[in-house]
Amino acid sequence: MALDRWIALVLLGICLAYGYAAWFTMDAGLAPFMKRAPIWPSTFPKVLSILGIVASLTILLGLENGEAKIGEIDYRRLGDYHIGQALLLLGLMVAYALCLRPLGFLFSTIAFLMLGSAILGERRWVIMAVVAGIATFVVWYLVQQVLGIYLRPLPGFIGG
Amino acid sequence: MLEGLLIGLQTALSFQNLLMVIAGCLIGTFIGMLPGLGPMSIIAIMIPVAISMGDPSAALILLAGVYYGAIFGGSTSSILLNAPGVAGTVASSFDGYPMARQGKAGKALTIAAISSFAGGTIGAILLMIFAPALSSVALLFHSSEYFALMVVGLSAIAAFAGTGQVAKAMLMTLLGLIMATVGEGALFNLPRFTMGVMDLQSGFGFITLAMAMFALPEALFLVLKKKEMSGNSGEISDLRISRQEAKSIAPVIGRQSLQGFFIGVLPGAGATIASFLGYALERNIATKEEQDEFGKGSIKGLAAPETANNAACTGSFVPLLTLGIPGSGTTAILLGALIALNVTPGPRLMIDEPQVFWAVIMSMFIGNLVLLILNLPLIPYIAKVLSVPRNYLIPFILFFTLMGAYIGQNNATELLLLVGFGVCATALKFADYPLAPLLIGFILGGMMEDNFARSMQLYDGVAFIWERPMTLGLLVLAAILVVLPSYRARRARLRAAGVADGD
Repeated sequence: MALDRWIALVLLGICLAYGYAAWFTMDAGLAPFMKRAPIWPSTFPKVLSILGIVASLTILLGLENGEAKIGEIDYRRLGDYHIGQALLLLGLMVAYALCLRPLGFLFSTIAFLMLGSAILGERRWVIMAVVAGIATFVVWYLVQQVLGIYLRPLPGFIGG
Repeated sequence: MLEGLLIGLQTALSFQNLLMVIAGCLIGTFIGMLPGLGPMSIIAIMIPVAISMGDPSAALILLAGVYYGAIFGGSTSSILLNAPGVAGTVASSFDGYPMARQGKAGKALTIAAISSFAGGTIGAILLMIFAPALSSVALLFHSSEYFALMVVGLSAIAAFAGTGQVAKAMLMTLLGLIMATVGEGALFNLPRFTMGVMDLQSGFGFITLAMAMFALPEALFLVLKKKEMSGNSGEISDLRISRQEAKSIAPVIGRQSLQGFFIGVLPGAGATIASFLGYALERNIATKEEQDEFGKGSIKGLAAPETANNAACTGSFVPLLTLGIPGSGTTAILLGALIALNVTPGPRLMIDEPQVFWAVIMSMFIGNLVLLILNLPLIPYIAKVLSVPRNYLIPFILFFTLMGAYIGQNNATELLLLVGFGVCATALKFADYPLAPLLIGFILGGMMEDNFARSMQLYDGVAFIWERPMTLGLLVLAAILVVLPSYRARRARLRAAGVADGD
């Protein structure tokens, strides 16, 4: 079974779960006066769940036959690509999300930009540090000082 | 009208107001380039500045400049980085980004600037002529027509899909609609499908989803395929558009200025729908060879949404200035600013304060012109972004996607959602599922449900579908749009299999 049909199967599961929630669980908590209204909060989701199930079944059962073509990247040979770098970058993004608040914007961002370049194979540390430093500071200045959106600059324990 | 024009020119051409237009355009362009800050947020940020000036004409002129600048700035990030920061420029990335990857970034930006200019200017002319008359037409559109209009917009997505892709595009649209129902709806104060997670109470963020669907998979693809990165060759010499290209986009610009403007006039429709419908229409009426170009760097496919969204932005001033009804989030903020300046937009505006009305219209012309003059020389420098070495560019793209999602919400959970959705989107992209329909469904989903619910309440059931001829007409059109591509594909297949046509 090709990947697109596996995905259709997953989406079918999502639509079924969504439909179950819409059809069987949502109306229980409805206030009595709302039950008289012609439209309930669950009306639209109910329609969507049915349409979603039909559409995913269409793909799953291959009712609409299109030719299988290989996209920009052939997922069957993922090993041939730089999958390691991609995964590391994703991990780095998660780490950034988790560190942004506790470690402060300036430190996390400089570290993110430098490690990101390092993962991609850059080794000129001085240039990296300068570029990352300038960019971080400019963005911070723009967002915090000019636009007035608060970004905690320094780690919490220094008092940022 | 001539008298009004002169009053407007006199106001708009004062030295102070000219400076305002220039400053507004510059600020708008630069901030608009940061993904995550759309016209709405930039205008909201500029409001304190505008109000403190005290002169309503000058304030409106500044804000209009910011508005146009922000829209153009937003297109640059969707063209160069495939990171649309504003819903209205999502459609520009469909063809703008492929062009940038083919080393035609300069040309793409030039086309964007020229189409925006044309769309905005033609829109302003139409605004001048039709504003009074159109305000009554806009009132004819009720919620049920809006609902039907959005259904048409979503089914036009079938036009985005190629052969054998209709079901996938539909499924993605439905998934987008499903995601739009997460969180608290406007009409029912009831959290839905949040699974008890507090962070989902307000639903998924549009920018998070836009970044996850477009920018992140694109950046990951750039990482995965190390060698090919043609956009990186730094070739931006190809700036000019040839006479032939100009000839081919001229009718597109003409059509889309009109269509975009009239869609923009309808309150609630706005630039987003105008750009998608414009793209879909141009793709459908293009010749067969040109149709294959769409999505791969067609100049028509870039000119259409760019023209339409600017024309629609201008159009959205019609209900604001003539009825006092803001048609979009941005004009709603403008309305707030106007009221703070002691100007009440509405039917009496043109009589009581003609100089405000006409100054705004004149400032639209001047704003568009200034934007074109400022931006054309800047384009080679803006396009240089792509010649930044890959090892630096990719971390920066990732950083800007993260920042875009973070600034809007100030919530680190949003970043985790972004990465999660980004991975899902990459998997979908592997399997050749189109991602644009998902985002379009998500954007239109909320509005669509609200209008659906409102018409259900007004008619106490689904009777509005057959009792309002315009709704019925639009829905039939939507059905045709869905069925036609698969019917055509079936015919083509049958013909290929050697079955004779019926006729």
